[in-house]
Formats: sequence, structure tokens, C-alpha cells
Amino acid sequence: MVSLSWYLGVGALLFAISVVGIFLNRKNLIVLLMAIELMLLAVNINFVAFSHYLGDYHGQVFVFFILTVAAAESAIGLAILVVLFRNLSTIDVQELDMLKG
Amino acid sequence: MDAQSILFLIFSGVLLLAALRVVTARNPVHAVLFLVLAFFSAAALWILLRAEFLAIALVLVYVGAVMVLFLFVVMMLDINIDKLRQGFWRNAPWGFGVAALIVLQMWLVLSQPQWQGLTQAGPGIANADNTRALGMLTFTEYVFPLQIAGVILLVAIIAAIGLTLRGRKDSKSQDPSRQVQARAQDRVRLVSMPTEDRARQNKLP
Repeated sequence: MVSLSWYLGVGALLFAISVVGIFLNRKNLIVLLMAIELMLLAVNINFVAFSHYLGDYHGQVFVFFILTVAAAESAIGLAILVVLFRNLSTIDVQELDMLKG
Repeated sequence: MDAQSILFLIFSGVLLLAALRVVTARNPVHAVLFLVLAFFSAAALWILLRAEFLAIALVLVYVGAVMVLFLFVVMMLDINIDKLRQGFWRNAPWGFGVAALIVLQMWLVLSQPQWQGLTQAGPGIANADNTRALGMLTFTEYVFPLQIAGVILLVAIIAAIGLTLRGRKDSKSQDPSRQVQARAQDRVRLVSMPTEDRARQNKLP
């Protein structure tokens, strides 16, 4: 039988892969957004697995809200990306130094 | 090894391979398509966990809406990929080191027998109607957070439109408030001037 730790292991590996993706694609803003989506997916897998094995539906309600917030986040992120590309003609993160930070 | 374990291994294997391709794909369009595959595999895993409603919501909301939005943006922007790929593997040792650390830490926690021993679904999950149970919770206990989630989506809509909206410079449009404020003395100027005799003088004899 599949135990809870298998699902948690898949979630951990998925999270680690997206961390690697953030390190590798530190210039490409689109792939950075996609790596964040993968991270949220890993968290959601953990929530659903715990909800299943502990018999508690509150975890699944939380996944529902995380999906909502992630959709809003990616919509606003992509809008910012489009405005950025319109102004700078690039999506390189390292050229976003207008705030002189 | 029962059928459920084999299905779990297949779906999680596809999920992890697709995720790996998302972060290493050269073409962003391929990355988006692999992300779609990853979300599908995750939805299949959630169906194995008897979370049917969330699995279908993941496919509908993510694959149907968010990934299409990603595809639109990726295809609309004219990105110079080669420039973005410069130094792609430079930070790879750091990345893999941090990832290995994360996996090691999670393994230290997950190898505890309390998680290994949980192999059966919790009470009330096995024969329950997932969508009904979720709806009962969402519309009673979580009805206020649900409204807030709706407001967050509204804010996202308005912010996304407000960020990207721009009027065309050459478009001709009316401004109703200025039209209403127009007065007669702005448009017609009455000039009083003395009468002249020239019209009579120029008359043909």
C-alpha cells in the first residue's frame, strides 16, 4: 500500500526541483514564475496527502484557497511581466535595476 | 505490489520528470507544455487520494486558464532565449546543493515511523462523497474566507487590466463630461462692429 511518506517524498522532491529551477533560471522571469507554480503544487500535494491519511477535509479547503491565491498571483505576475517587456524589451531579471537596489 | 502503488509510481515519476524538464527546457513554450503535463500528473495523484473535486479544479483552473495565460504571454513576447541562457549552469552547484539539503532534511523527518505507518485512508474519507463534504465545509465554516478569496480574484482582475491597459494615441474618442460642460459663449462669439458702406459702393452701376 502507498503510505503517507511516499506522497510527502514526492512533494519534497518537487519542491527541491523547483528550487533548482529558481537557481538555474535566475534570468528568465517566465520560468521563475513557473517554478513558483511548481512549489505551490508541491505544497498542495502535501496538503491533500495529509488530508487523505488523517481523514480531515480542512486540508482540502486550504488547497482550494491556495489555488485561488496562486491563480491571482500568476495573473498579476504575468501582467507585470508584459508591462516590463513593453518598457524594457527584455525579461532579464538582472536588468531590473531601475530602483537602484 | 498492488495496482495503486504501480499507478502512484507511474504518476509521480511522470510528475517529477515533467517538473525537471520545466526548469531545464530551452524553449519557454516547451516549459509551459511540460508544466501542463506536471499538473495533469498531480491531478491524477489527487484522484488516487480521493480528492476528485480538487483534481478536476486543478485541471480546469490551472490547465484551462492559468497555463493558457502563460502560453499567451510566452508566445506574445519576443524573447531572445540565447541571452537569457547565458550562465545557465553557473549557479547549478549552489542550486543542487540547496536542493539536496532540502531533500535530506525532509528525509530526516519523513523517515519517522509515524508517517510510514499511515497506509490507510483516514476515517470518513474512504466512502465519502468528496465534493459534497468539501462543499459542506466551504459554505458553512469557511464562507467568510470564501468571500475574501472572491475579492482577491476581483482585485487580481482589476490589477491585471489596470497594469496592461493603454489607450491608443491615434484613437478618436468623445469626452462626455467636457461635452456636457460646453457653454454657448465658448462656441459662438458675438462681435459688434459698425456697418460699412462698401457693399453699396461695389454695386454695379
